[in-house]
Amino acid sequence: MSKHKLTQLKALEAESIHIIREVVAEFRNPVMLYSVGKDSSVLVHLARKAFYPAPLPFPLLHVDTGFKFKEMYEFRDNFCKEIGADLIVRRNEDAIDNGMNPKEFGVARCCGALKTQGLLDALEEGGYDAAFGGARRDEEKSRAKERVFSMRDEFGQWDPKNQRPELWNIYNGRIHDGESVRVFPISNWTEMDIWSYIREENIPIVPLYFAKERPMIERGDMLIPYYEENKDQYLEGEEPTMVMSRFRTLGCSPCTGAVRSDATNMDEIVIEAAASKRSERETRIIDHGSNSMEDKKKEGYF
Amino acid sequence: MTKANFDLVKEIELLRLVTVGSVDDGKSTLIGRLLIDTKGAFEDQLMAVRKQKGATTVSSAADIDLAMLTDGLSAEREQGITIDVAYRYFATPKRKFIMADCPGHEQYTRNMVTGSSTANAAIILIDARHGVLAQTKRHTHILGLLGIPHLIVAVNKMDLVDYDQATFENIREEMSEYCAKQGIKDLICTPMSALTGDMVTIRGENMDWYEGDTLLETLESLSVLDDLDEKPFRMPVQLVNRPQTADLPDYRGFMGTIASGTVKVGDGITVVPSGLSSTVKEIVTFDGNLEEAFAPQSITLTLNDNIDISRGDMLVHTGEPTTGEKSLTANVCWIGDEPLERRKKYMIKHTTRQVKALVDDVVFKREIHTLEKEDADSLAMNEIGQIRFKLQQPLNCDSYADNRMTGSFIIIDSFTNNTVGAGMIV
Repeated sequence: MSKHKLTQLKALEAESIHIIREVVAEFRNPVMLYSVGKDSSVLVHLARKAFYPAPLPFPLLHVDTGFKFKEMYEFRDNFCKEIGADLIVRRNEDAIDNGMNPKEFGVARCCGALKTQGLLDALEEGGYDAAFGGARRDEEKSRAKERVFSMRDEFGQWDPKNQRPELWNIYNGRIHDGESVRVFPISNWTEMDIWSYIREENIPIVPLYFAKERPMIERGDMLIPYYEENKDQYLEGEEPTMVMSRFRTLGCSPCTGAVRSDATNMDEIVIEAAASKRSERETRIIDHGSNSMEDKKKEGYF
Repeated sequence: MTKANFDLVKEIELLRLVTVGSVDDGKSTLIGRLLIDTKGAFEDQLMAVRKQKGATTVSSAADIDLAMLTDGLSAEREQGITIDVAYRYFATPKRKFIMADCPGHEQYTRNMVTGSSTANAAIILIDARHGVLAQTKRHTHILGLLGIPHLIVAVNKMDLVDYDQATFENIREEMSEYCAKQGIKDLICTPMSALTGDMVTIRGENMDWYEGDTLLETLESLSVLDDLDEKPFRMPVQLVNRPQTADLPDYRGFMGTIASGTVKVGDGITVVPSGLSSTVKEIVTFDGNLEEAFAPQSITLTLNDNIDISRGDMLVHTGEPTTGEKSLTANVCWIGDEPLERRKKYMIKHTTRQVKALVDDVVFKREIHTLEKEDADSLAMNEIGQIRFKLQQPLNCDSYADNRMTGSFIIIDSFTNNTVGAGMIV
């Protein structure tokens, strides 16, 4: 019996650092997608650990839709300044100027324009050959089939039927000109791992993850956060009420639901996550189609 | 979970697991059973794949179309087949499990190799009614080749053979004999019914004649780590860290994942292939410097002498060298569309080093049904054989039997850039 043992979180951490370093070694121009959410917070933390004492050797890229929570923008700017990260923010300005929004154009079209197209444009503009993402295999059934190094063709698209076999911890980073790779260093982490790690490592996260009395629209089973500036996005007759609540995932404010919760600190969040019977993606409106994540990924979503 | 449990949760270890067998063996039902009983699947995910659309609760594996839960791609659901490896996660108070769920069809050996390469343990499903099939043996052979430390034979559907002990014993005997022939030692056979749950997560009352543990108890008690830390120290260098900042103008750190062994401050280190030597000055991590580090930690080392080291080099303890030759013999699982052929050239990626390689000889091909050695000039997709390569540069490696990390490599087609082979050094 070995006397040297790694706890499962430390084993996951070591695996993720190995992956991040391989990408920096083998690719010309990597970038880390930064969505400001909890998984991004963990990803950036792992990247800082990987290259310590040097600074991050790649920029962070936030593909902004203009619909994120204002707490997310504040957190993003403070956090990136504090750790000295090089933050690039890109938006699909054409679509935003044309008034793209989920209520009028539908969630799928809005996501397609502001997130998928915004991401593809930003990656092309930057000439990045590798983009780190914080997707996890436990999130969703098509993501359960995703490789750690996920090949994308010149159109940024995923071919799930033709994925490269991935053996041991030896990653094949060879690509042709124009192709790129999306890399998911936290593929093997579960939601529970993310929360436990944030707690253990004191990783800063957006305050929306902690429970507080917040104005909410109650629509069916969903709690939709109310913001005065978004009031055109709510349905007729919908009025906010104050609800003790928090967010398990963070996306765009009109399309991300909250959950009722009294968890105001990390200990309570971990306890709540351990007892949870519903998946976190349930609070994302975009996931509610039959194949929606797989379809979006084929088009180039991350 | 309460506050007092946090310290216990921190002690949880990781077990990487692979399941092989076909849908007919009840694999989906077994996986569904494990996910439901350990709460590895959420209610909304289960409700989405329930058989009766009107049902408002899902309490057992029988209520669910389990293939829908595991077949994540639309093409898989259309065709009713599993195309690719899916990864599942579940945890008990003792352990977290990463389970690679591999398609069972004959032609998907490549997926099985993908899912198995990192596994500490494998579950091989057998339908008690049908016994040991040719496919079972083939899978077992590949798992043996990949050096999976623990093999668990799950003799499923015992409910359909009246929980008959003799049926189970016959299968156990046949598998033990087959494994002994290949030198596989750690074999556990468990009778079970994934449908009723007997001997999966609960003992049940139908198989009192069986004295072993339930499947879940076995999974919780297997030793997670091989003796990785007791093997010679090996650290392939991934990158050289040179911040060149005002605070750290001359800093040079060697970044890598420890493949095996342990390293301490002050240890004598030799770089292979150059043979240059120095001693360890610091073991650097974001959380502070360490006195000692061990596999599989990802660390940064600084040395007391300024010697030439770059990506692809390997750091070893002085006096514990690897082999370093310009030829290589390995067992190869071929996973490329185009066959491997004598005299063809490929790229080999071994740890962090890539070299050009020429197929010098196909030593033999393993007949996939009888496992007999056959003469051959090529290996087609899903075939296994022993290959001798000539290398453009020497590779510093160990045998796969000694070290899974420094004894393995992938073969890349340098025209398509695809991964076409998995190699295990003899």
